[in-house]
Amino acid sequence: MTTLTKSNHADHAAEFIADSQRTGWHDQALWFIRAKRDKAAQAVPEWEQLRELASQIKLHTLAHLPDYLEEFEANATRKGAHVHWAHDAQEHNQIVLQILQDHGAKRIVKSKSMLTEECHLNPHLERHGIEVVDTDLGERIVQLRGEPPSHIVLPAIHIKKEEVGELFHRCLGTAAGATDPKYLAEAARGHLRDKFMNAEAGITGVNFAVAETGGFVVCTNEGNADLGISLPNLHIACLGIEKLLPRAQDLSVFLRLLSRSATGQPITTYTSHFHGPIPGGRLHIVLVDNGRSRIRQNRLFRESLKCIRCGACMNTCPVYRRSGGYSYDNTIPGPIGSILGPLQDPKHNRSLPYACSLCGSCTEVCPVKIPLAQQLLTWRGEIVRMHLLPWTKRLAMKAASIVFRNTWLYNFSGKMARWFLPKMPRFLIYNRFNAWGKHREIPAFPQHSFRELYEKKNGRKQQS
Amino acid sequence: MQVGLFVPCYIDQLFPDIGFATIEVLEKHGVEIDFPRQQTCCGQPMANTGCKEDTRPLAVKFYEIFKDYPYVVCPSGSCVSMVRHHYDDYLAGRPGFEELKHKTFELCEFLTDVLGVERIEGRFPYRVGLHNSCHGHRGLRLGQPSEIVAPPFNKVGKLLSSLDGVQLTQLCRPDECCGFGGTFAVNEEAVSTRMGLDRLSDHEQAGTQVLTAADMSCLMHMEGLIRRDRKSIHVMHVVQIFAGRQPPF
Repeated sequence: MTTLTKSNHADHAAEFIADSQRTGWHDQALWFIRAKRDKAAQAVPEWEQLRELASQIKLHTLAHLPDYLEEFEANATRKGAHVHWAHDAQEHNQIVLQILQDHGAKRIVKSKSMLTEECHLNPHLERHGIEVVDTDLGERIVQLRGEPPSHIVLPAIHIKKEEVGELFHRCLGTAAGATDPKYLAEAARGHLRDKFMNAEAGITGVNFAVAETGGFVVCTNEGNADLGISLPNLHIACLGIEKLLPRAQDLSVFLRLLSRSATGQPITTYTSHFHGPIPGGRLHIVLVDNGRSRIRQNRLFRESLKCIRCGACMNTCPVYRRSGGYSYDNTIPGPIGSILGPLQDPKHNRSLPYACSLCGSCTEVCPVKIPLAQQLLTWRGEIVRMHLLPWTKRLAMKAASIVFRNTWLYNFSGKMARWFLPKMPRFLIYNRFNAWGKHREIPAFPQHSFRELYEKKNGRKQQS
Repeated sequence: MQVGLFVPCYIDQLFPDIGFATIEVLEKHGVEIDFPRQQTCCGQPMANTGCKEDTRPLAVKFYEIFKDYPYVVCPSGSCVSMVRHHYDDYLAGRPGFEELKHKTFELCEFLTDVLGVERIEGRFPYRVGLHNSCHGHRGLRLGQPSEIVAPPFNKVGKLLSSLDGVQLTQLCRPDECCGFGGTFAVNEEAVSTRMGLDRLSDHEQAGTQVLTAADMSCLMHMEGLIRRDRKSIHVMHVVQIFAGRQPPF
């Protein structure tokens, strides 16, 4: 899918940062989770071995993905589930709609699933007269605001409790000016309980699917997935094909990594294993490709499919923490989103690989050892190769390269800059063309370069 | 022991004293220095922008200039990381390239790992804030990244605290990026400066008097913010401290 629109992370980020207080608070909130993650990880002495093992299991699974998918399908079918294959988002949405229409289901409760966000399932179903209620509290908040999630684990992390109070006052009839989180959560609980009781189908995402058993695992902290599929008789589980694991015992590696990396919890409050439909119910599993097979064959970015969507790379990313999830203008934000986004649509997402200072923290924190920073750098090379880098930057680099290739030109340019710049009036240096100087002084230019002084001191003799 | 000195372009042009401090510290430990005059830039700005074809001739230039030295030493973790981790794209298979990667060192790791320096002589009676520059810290493993579950170590911090009177300040976030990031500093000006200001607040609450790092690029960025906001932190490259330079207070 390629769009004609172009999005620029730096512009969106500047808008977010203009609200200095919110930026500080957003950064602190996410850093708090990063710190919790550190503490939880430090409590597991074999943490680094677990990461390596998880990475190896994922690489193995990806290498044998077609076989494991067929094994999963056979075992899930044996357990009474109906397995569907969706080539892309559109097909996924059609399959889900068809299942719902076949059952005459018009009121749906959905637990958190980034895949259905990626496929834009909600608007598709709504267009066909179906009500979809996101039942994760954070998801419900952004849904009521008409926004997508700004973080894959903490969808409403960018919203303050005062804003939630206002929203709930408007949508759920809570007291005006109420900001007490407990009171607001209780109100949401009552509102959602009503939706659960009247739901005709439940949709969930999937954290892990197991080939050898045909079962799958959904992790939540609110128990909303369990309620959503226990009350109605119809359960639709949507999963990206990269969510597969070969064996049930592999869960012992991934469940230890997932919630510790995501929120710093040893385990999520609910870790629900599903093996076939509930008695008297129906279970449909939709396996979605939507570009994943293409990524699997991509030598450069294959490892991005190891992702278990824990969000640790977002929590640790110093850019994400200060620019907010929406600045990425992509379903999945942050470092992993900046790799996956351009794989879906390089033109629209061409600025994302540059929304990164290459600090490398994401690589170190990733529980499945995706070389995120390295892949972001690789993407920059691809952006240039695809002629998607703005020509001004391309030209600047070309010019710099010519200067650096010729030592005499480099020496001369340096001399000129050091001679001119200190003599220039301030307004000629600090203006809108100088992004460096907007909030920073330029370095104090010395009269002589190191090599000029070195030559003076040591003579020109030992030219190497 | 002979060493080819690699002075990053921006240090050459803007911070000549760091070059001299590097020579002084190395000579004090019995190292013979040669500064090959043809050197310019390692090519990192182009490589980090994705402009590989503009990087290639600079990688080749670096290789031609430095390949025959027994060691190459550079007072910048970032430039060394470029050579060690990113030159494969341009130089893989050339004779002596693998060796060049492994004999190119950041100054502090050269002192600790090659020369076996345990302590630096001298006195520096100040509260010093160490900025763990990302490419040196995470890229070259000059220290243990805070994300990793393993025993901590810090090569730069160890050398610094061996000086008499040094008091390393305790930061809330010991290895968060300052937001320089090369061209990132101008491409993402808003995020970059915000990151820098946040780093400086951490140093201010910790009582840092002298802010130091093994990479002048991070310091150049933060120093720009300090001067604009008239903050009272003084900035020095770590080798200037090792060479006995003192802050102006």
